[in-house]
Amino acid sequence: MKLETINNNIETIVKEKQALLQILLAVQDASPENYVSEDSVNEIAYSLNVSRSRVYSTASFYSAISLKPRGRHIIRVCINAPCENAGKQEILAVLEDQLGIILGQTTSDRQFTLEGVSCLGACYASPAIKIDNTLYGDVTPESVITILQEYRKEAEDVDCSAS
Amino acid sequence: MLTALHHNNDSVFRLSLFQEFPTLMHYQSFGGYEALKQALTGNPVNIIETLAAAGLRGRGGAAFPTGLKMQMVRNNAEPVRYVICNADEGEPGTFKDRFIMSHIPFQLLEGMTLAAYAVGARKGYIYIRHEYPEVQDTMRRSIAAASAAGLLGKNILGQEFSFEVEIFSGAGSYLCGEETALLSSMEGKKGRPRLKPPYPTQYGLWGKPTLINNVETLANISMIISRGASWYRSLGTSDSPGTKLISLSGDVARRGLYEVPFGTTFREMIEEYGGGMKEGGSIKAVNIGGASGVVVPPWELDCTLEYQSCQERGITIGSGAVFVMNESRSILANVHNRVEFFLHESCGKCTPCREGLRQAGRIIHRLIAGEAELSEVDNLERYTRAMQNAAFCGLGQAAGNSLISSLRYFRQEYEEACLDSTQRFERREVTA
Repeated sequence: MKLETINNNIETIVKEKQALLQILLAVQDASPENYVSEDSVNEIAYSLNVSRSRVYSTASFYSAISLKPRGRHIIRVCINAPCENAGKQEILAVLEDQLGIILGQTTSDRQFTLEGVSCLGACYASPAIKIDNTLYGDVTPESVITILQEYRKEAEDVDCSAS
Repeated sequence: MLTALHHNNDSVFRLSLFQEFPTLMHYQSFGGYEALKQALTGNPVNIIETLAAAGLRGRGGAAFPTGLKMQMVRNNAEPVRYVICNADEGEPGTFKDRFIMSHIPFQLLEGMTLAAYAVGARKGYIYIRHEYPEVQDTMRRSIAAASAAGLLGKNILGQEFSFEVEIFSGAGSYLCGEETALLSSMEGKKGRPRLKPPYPTQYGLWGKPTLINNVETLANISMIISRGASWYRSLGTSDSPGTKLISLSGDVARRGLYEVPFGTTFREMIEEYGGGMKEGGSIKAVNIGGASGVVVPPWELDCTLEYQSCQERGITIGSGAVFVMNESRSILANVHNRVEFFLHESCGKCTPCREGLRQAGRIIHRLIAGEAELSEVDNLERYTRAMQNAAFCGLGQAAGNSLISSLRYFRQEYEEACLDSTQRFERREVTA
């Protein structure tokens, strides 16, 4: 085989391995429990022909990738200074009270996971939270309850139609 | 969601271009892509020369001259080169890149295409943080629209030049905004920084010469090319030409994104752009440059927004975040928040950052709890200096900025927090 062909082959393989972060995110997005399971880590390692430790090392480094099952909806509360000063503590207290969990936990019905997040880039509307891909700015302890109710209602509707 | 944007008759980010749901047609109807049309028929070096003459500097925080960076990539003998747009806007208090990408995405794409033509790149990436999924969607749609119109992809505008752009999603790491950590992240590794040199302009993505620029920097390019370097220099000052996007937040009446010409004072930003303090409060401190920036008292606010004058006064312009605190805010609580943030984002690669932050966090925690002794404030300062001097990358070096500046201006608050324990200590001595 020509040197050039060998080099091209190597480059392709190397680039596929380099797609690892995007693959991990895609696998997580496709998971109903919003996480990358140990089986998935093994599968990814096998198909990219890299060691499991390599996949695990990347997966565990990034805050956005979870190696534990999470709820159907992920509630992210901004914990940085502009939101902190705008009343994040009260918002977080209401969320913890309403969900019956603390930051970092998942509700027992597996509907919600509550996480802290570094700056959502919405300091013009702090305090800000994000539920899945939707940003909620200028939230108040009252509005957070209303927002949460909408998600709960939606979850109930889904359950009803399923049964 | 779109807040006020200051609009001069002359500005780089024209308000008329902002759209809730941006369309290519709208952008073009205001002269969008004229710069690219004009540039593609000329020598790529012209772009670099114009940007150098305009004095454009990196708007992500490091303020490196953009023309020079492009020249370094262009001069490289390696034919495969990349352009990366750093859209990992993680600096707490900053939301300018979110606005550019959400409301004027084509201005960014045109700038990127011009940059690619200038350095001879055929492939570009926009590294967008994971916290911005809706922004990623807008950019994907915009790339598709530009490609369909022949403004991206093969033979752009019928010319020989081809350039493709792809979105790369971050995964929640602040450190990946550091350019070499960003490269590691794109290569599928942990987002840890690499030793510089070699700089990305020589050895960047997959070892190829790479131009990495912030969103705001790239979005400046098309206006400079279409209106010329002397027009750009007519905005701002001779030391710092052009404008800067300022993300104003905190206890001001009108939080929002403002395009501010260089030479404006920080006080003007708060009083005129931000409409003064909310509910008649008074300014206690202003955090400039985000979490990695400094905390300054009101009397430093007459400093003008200029690279030189800010540097002389130890103010970091950084990403352009201005976060205002009123007299009810605790400096210690805010610094504690910053340190906790950095502790979480530190990658652990180097000892000064990893351990220094841990120690700083412990001392501040003790200060807030009223358990610290006066000598610990000095220790805190020593640890911070060590971080600033010896940390491997910009994260650790900058992590100390808010600590050092707050110790400089608000030392009293630190010492008052110790007073209780010192008294306790003295009392114990007396009884013994």
